[in-house]
Amino acid sequence: MQTEWIYIGLFLIVGIIIPAAAIILAAVLSPYKPNPIKDSTYECGIETVGSNWVQFKAQYYIFALVFLVFDVETVFLFPWAMTLNQLGLFAVVEGIIFIGILLAGLAYTWRKGMLEWA
Amino acid sequence: MDFWTDPVEAAGEWLSGIFVGWGMNADAAHVLAAFVGILVLISVVMVLDIFLVWTERKIVARFQDRIGPNRLGPFGLVQPFADIIKLIIKENIYPVGVDKIVYNLAPIIMMTSVLLLWAVLPLTEFLGLDLNVGVLYLIGVGALGTLSIIMAGWSSNNKYALLGAFRQVAVMISYEIPMVVALLIPTILSGSMGINSIVAAQESSWYIVLAPLAFLLFLISATAELGRAPFDLTEAESELIAGHHIEYSGMKFGLFYASELLHTFTFGGFIAAFFFGGWQGPWVSEIPALGLLYFLAKATVGYWLFGWIKYTMPRIRIDKMMDLNWKFLVPFSFVLLMYVALMNALLAGFRATEGAMWIYTWGMFLSNILLGWITLEILRRRAHGERVKVEGAVVEAGHH
Repeated sequence: MQTEWIYIGLFLIVGIIIPAAAIILAAVLSPYKPNPIKDSTYECGIETVGSNWVQFKAQYYIFALVFLVFDVETVFLFPWAMTLNQLGLFAVVEGIIFIGILLAGLAYTWRKGMLEWA
Repeated sequence: MDFWTDPVEAAGEWLSGIFVGWGMNADAAHVLAAFVGILVLISVVMVLDIFLVWTERKIVARFQDRIGPNRLGPFGLVQPFADIIKLIIKENIYPVGVDKIVYNLAPIIMMTSVLLLWAVLPLTEFLGLDLNVGVLYLIGVGALGTLSIIMAGWSSNNKYALLGAFRQVAVMISYEIPMVVALLIPTILSGSMGINSIVAAQESSWYIVLAPLAFLLFLISATAELGRAPFDLTEAESELIAGHHIEYSGMKFGLFYASELLHTFTFGGFIAAFFFGGWQGPWVSEIPALGLLYFLAKATVGYWLFGWIKYTMPRIRIDKMMDLNWKFLVPFSFVLLMYVALMNALLAGFRATEGAMWIYTWGMFLSNILLGWITLEILRRRAHGERVKVEGAVVEAGHH
């Protein structure tokens, strides 16, 4: 089990080294002659107006909240799904009740008009 | 260890034997041998990626009734190498006000997130880790790619790039739910979260037969996660110029482009692994290395499928896309999950008994078809009702 995670760690190291090497190689080989016109932000040909770090829309908050509920729920569902073949019909009914409660929550959110993207 | 049944293990033993011969301790030799093996695998993957650029350009050319690259070498095969040389010697432009560290890190993390997926991709019976949390690992590493898009969008100091990154966040948190549920279904059927075990469990029948609706669900949500048309709203050219990678040039842009193609191929591989039996095929139990050929063939078909979707469908609007997910895919996916779990439990008796396996297989297949038909019928009625509501007066006027 632990050796598998050593492999993952090695994958991570190699996976960082190879793209980084490509970028460093490009930095060494490529010319670098900056000037203000070339380095200006590319938006639409007209000079950029205002700050570029705009605010997040508050509406993302509702979607993030709903997503969080479903994402935490999947952590509970994976062990359930793995052992389903041994547990039999009763566990299936329990799982259905669990999912049903969540779907009721989704229906409530929908009914309240929180799923509208405007 | 026989070379023909498990060449990877045999090569690893041989290599670590050499390292031990140089006076190294046995554990360190194993780790070093694994490091060399992974280096070789990732180098092969990068070369594959170069050819994916060529394949992609040829595919899009065929769909658009063109020839595609055909000047350099036979069938234009040398073209991607020329592109890479061009990308490497192009100037790296740092626009005004970029956050240099995050800006440079974003393309690297993008590529790393894709390469990490190859750790669990079941290339053959003996290649590809069988993690006991394999499916969750796939989802977690997939989210890493989104992180890099946010990093690119935020650090570029460009409004369009930031808007593209915002959209990617919205898309990722939405479409991850149907994807997770689509992956829960192979987990239920095989009773395992290890991707290689899921492939091994498909010996008698592929999961495309047992769970065709889960396959469709996975295909749609994977297309959204990959950010490919019709869901390529993060880089919608007509609205956001190029989305998160507007300000990138040279090799950094090349890494974004290459990782998108490799990500698509990798997901073609996961489609093959979860629903088309991965390395399973005729004579694979005699010659396990044959599995690699089957797997790559199936993954290429999956890659082509994504290309087919991309070059056929027009891009959809962001609000329609969110509606499709939250008002259709999420409820549908959970109904499907409950349905498959129930049918699997009801038909479990047939699976256990010898000779009745075909009843289980056909029962699962037909029950999936039934649910799909019911869903389509409900959607058709709803759509008809909507149309009458919106166009009713117009339609009436047209008839008289």
